[in-house]
Amino acid sequence: MDMKRDYYEDIQLLDSKVLWFWFLILIASLIILPFLIPNYYIYMVNYMAVNVIVTVGLNILVGYTGQISLGHAGFFAIGAFITVLSMTNLHLPFLLALLLAAFVAAFFGFILGLPALRLKGPYLAIATLGFGLAITQVIGRWQIFGGRMGLEAPGLTLQGLFFSGGSYTLESDRQLYFLIIPIAFVLTTAARNLMKTRVGRAFIAIRDSDIAAETMGVNTVYYKTLAFAISAFYTGIAGGLYAFLIGFINPSSFSFILSIYFLTFVIVGGLGSIFGSIMGGITMTWLILKLDKVQELPYLGDILSAFSERWMSVTGFPNISSIIFGLIIILIVLFEPLGLYGFWIRTKIYWKTWPF
Amino acid sequence: MDSDFFSVDNLAITFGGLRAVDRVSFTINRRSIFSIIGPNGAGKTTIFNCISGLYKPDSGKIIFKGEEITGLKPHRIAMKGIARTFQNIELFLRMTTMENLMLGRHIHTKTGVWSGSTFFRRGSKAAREEITHREQVERIIDLLDLQSARDQFVGGLPYGTQKLVELGRALALEPELLLLDEPSAGMNSEERQDLTFWVKDIQEELGVTILLIEHNMQLVRDISDRVLAINFGRPIGEGIPEEVQNDPEVLKAYLGEEESIDAVS
Repeated sequence: MDMKRDYYEDIQLLDSKVLWFWFLILIASLIILPFLIPNYYIYMVNYMAVNVIVTVGLNILVGYTGQISLGHAGFFAIGAFITVLSMTNLHLPFLLALLLAAFVAAFFGFILGLPALRLKGPYLAIATLGFGLAITQVIGRWQIFGGRMGLEAPGLTLQGLFFSGGSYTLESDRQLYFLIIPIAFVLTTAARNLMKTRVGRAFIAIRDSDIAAETMGVNTVYYKTLAFAISAFYTGIAGGLYAFLIGFINPSSFSFILSIYFLTFVIVGGLGSIFGSIMGGITMTWLILKLDKVQELPYLGDILSAFSERWMSVTGFPNISSIIFGLIIILIVLFEPLGLYGFWIRTKIYWKTWPF
Repeated sequence: MDSDFFSVDNLAITFGGLRAVDRVSFTINRRSIFSIIGPNGAGKTTIFNCISGLYKPDSGKIIFKGEEITGLKPHRIAMKGIARTFQNIELFLRMTTMENLMLGRHIHTKTGVWSGSTFFRRGSKAAREEITHREQVERIIDLLDLQSARDQFVGGLPYGTQKLVELGRALALEPELLLLDEPSAGMNSEERQDLTFWVKDIQEELGVTILLIEHNMQLVRDISDRVLAINFGRPIGEGIPEEVQNDPEVLKAYLGEEESIDAVS
């Protein structure tokens, strides 16, 4: 099973019949899934897919290229606002608007990548943090972006994906599902391929030793800014999809905390692993949506929110969900520094030799 | 053998008040092995860093194949055909040996973002390129006997093997000039002997010119065509190995003054 017969198998996505089998099962279940689960869960899966796109994009930058970013909520906001605006004001079809927004985000990623050439570690974190905060400020002040009130996502139609106008509307979460999941699928596969070939290797080389990468002929200026641009591109696409998932966007939904959340998706999933990003995005989205409801639990919810109001909060406002979220992250980083991907690898190794 | 293959002319660089390299000049003939020796801190690695573009020299010229390369960016210099290894190994630790060597092929490949992310079958452009270059890298793996380390992460390999992977990565670039910074450091005598043969092979069979920094005099004597000795950044002797080894200035640099030894005893 481990014997490779030719070099293509080194980079192939599915290098065995068994994997093909599971791959087809995955596709089939993704297709029938929305017909089996209630609407709220379809919404949840859509949300997960959007976050998986962000996580993959951010992992390209943080996990593979080794550059930190605390400003990805900014790219997410750019993606959301530019998509909506270019549909309402320029009357572009959705897919074109989404692509335009992603390229605008990528351009800003490139701009933000320039200081990354000179900054490292905490300094880069501060610079990107500044960017993330500035973007939401600018958007909040500018009337065209709807100011503090935000924007409403226009109605989406099937024809409207490719041309402007059209009548068959995509309103329900189930219809959005068939828009978001294929995009997430394509982007994830593309990222995985990219990381296996020349560009991805250059990214990893910069992460592991930028001096050696330079002397081996890797143009570090080009590849660092490229990593920022690609990462922002992914986040921009996710932002555009998010706008239609939620239906309404305003600057305060793209706060600094969102950037932190994105980073925790990457770290919990596993730095430098696309599969880890998928797991991280899915698990953490589930966790966030569930933790919002922790106060509604019978008995325990009351006790927990009373506890957090009394002891954990400065404002007197219950913040138990953030506390549990933080606790889970601390525990994962402590006990599984490679994230869920590391856990997956260990489980796989364990079962390989089972029951011995 | 043409004499204007590679030359360094009056190279000098200062760090603060320290003249790390002070008016060093030398010429290397094509397909020869040239060694730089000298005590610790003499400025040998600094010369390497100037050649590979990591430092910008204050003055002096570095000429490679009739073209001045002084002050170019490191990746430009690599593209001209100069590869190097490092004294303290600089490998990509979380890549496999194969991937490390594939990175050495960077300047010979051209898969970009689009073709790299969209290949889905054997015949795709990116896949074809990967396959061809993996075959080439396999030859280097064979040459250096690295088969057992092929698919292992280099971070977990023993020191001597890591040194070889670094050599292999430099070779994957198909350099015309190869800079080796203390390749035998930390190797046992058996590994060192193998290395001697490989370096000789690289020079004779692949036709690569080699510039070597080395402390092990045995190795230097065995393979060098010419040797340059430096001390405190200044050249103190140049010639064939035997000549330099018996040069009184060089002996003084390594062993100290004869009078002072007498004075102690």
